Amino acid sequence: MDIRENMEKKYHEALSTYLKDQNEQALYQGQKISRLHIKYNISPEEIISMHKNNLMELYPELPGKVLDSFDFLLEVMMGYGIAYREHQSLRHQQQELKTEIEIAANVQHTLLETEIPDIKALEIGAISVPARQMNGDYYHFVQDENERIGVGIADVIGKGIPAALCMSMIKYAMDSLPEHRHEPNSVLESLNRVVEHNVDPSMFITMFYGLYDPHDRLFSYASAGHEPGFYYDAATGTFSDLDAKGLLLGVDKKTRYRQYEKKVNRGDMIILLSDGVTECRTNDGFIEGKRLLVSLKRICICKPRKW
Amino acid sequence: MNITVDVNELNTEFIVKLKGEIDAYTAPKLRESLFPISEQENVSITIDLTEVSYMDSTGLGVFVGAFKSVRAHNGEFTLVGLSERLRRLFDITGLADIIDIKSGTEGGLE
Repeated sequence: MDIRENMEKKYHEALSTYLKDQNEQALYQGQKISRLHIKYNISPEEIISMHKNNLMELYPELPGKVLDSFDFLLEVMMGYGIAYREHQSLRHQQQELKTEIEIAANVQHTLLETEIPDIKALEIGAISVPARQMNGDYYHFVQDENERIGVGIADVIGKGIPAALCMSMIKYAMDSLPEHRHEPNSVLESLNRVVEHNVDPSMFITMFYGLYDPHDRLFSYASAGHEPGFYYDAATGTFSDLDAKGLLLGVDKKTRYRQYEKKVNRGDMIILLSDGVTECRTNDGFIEGKRLLVSLKRICICKPRKW
Repeated sequence: MNITVDVNELNTEFIVKLKGEIDAYTAPKLRESLFPISEQENVSITIDLTEVSYMDSTGLGVFVGAFKSVRAHNGEFTLVGLSERLRRLFDITGLADIIDIKSGTEGGLE
């Protein structure tokens, strides 16, 4: 017996049981059948035709007009049948897209992977949690032959897949910078030209780039419109904003970036973040800078890698 | 989450009043309203943000895009009525240095 015949038999049984004594139990069979119909792609007009055949069989004396009315109903339901089939095919397409995005997210993850440098003078930790499947945030560490550590953190304005693709471009632009060009202001100036030239005019990138030299403990940095980070001064036990001014990448190709310097003492801490943190809306409104500092003070006693 | 875009035109001067939230969902509507205006020659656009309750970086992207387009067509682009929070967004991103911005009530349009 094929599925259709089987379904017809089930429909027949359930309908006649219900018509005999209209109880809840028999009515519930109708719900179960409805799920089966969806499972086996039986359209609304087919169900009506099934219903009509059953009625003719159960009540041969039924007035012809009543039966004719089912042909009319069948025509009316035709549109729903078409809509249902469209829905089925969209669901199928959506599944395909979802799979493709999952693969793309994996590829991106591999492309943007960065290794946290391991040097005696510093303890470094990083965490990134994407808002959606593909991540528009990016951080990257570089270590040159003089043991200087470069750190870049960037955020594409706009989320989702286009932003994520854009981030991969930034990574490759950074990789192709020559070794001696790792001064923060010149890194931002080079990337600004790449972004201005290559990216859609309404897509922009905020970026912070810092370079730490363990020999003179100097942290030099520059910002292209990026959310300011924090500096923890161990001697006084206080946090301050790591202020740096500079225009977003991709707005004006002639933009020059100012470089700032900070002498880092033992026990001090530099915290960089993306605006995904301060832009995040919680039940109590935004996460304000002040609240963020309270949390930071609480965790600053932990080892960074354990965050 | 919604936005209303109210455009008043007088010759080449446009006053655009925005009301609501500007985020990834409403940004396309804003972009569609602003871009055709921004591509006209010698246009002057003033955007009133007094009644904008929220804006994220997607909204910022729309304004930068419109600003660049207006500048390329020799026009003027002004933002007025920014709340402290919005003002901070433009300050951090360095945009306050290149876009004409009048904050708070100072520039609010009646």
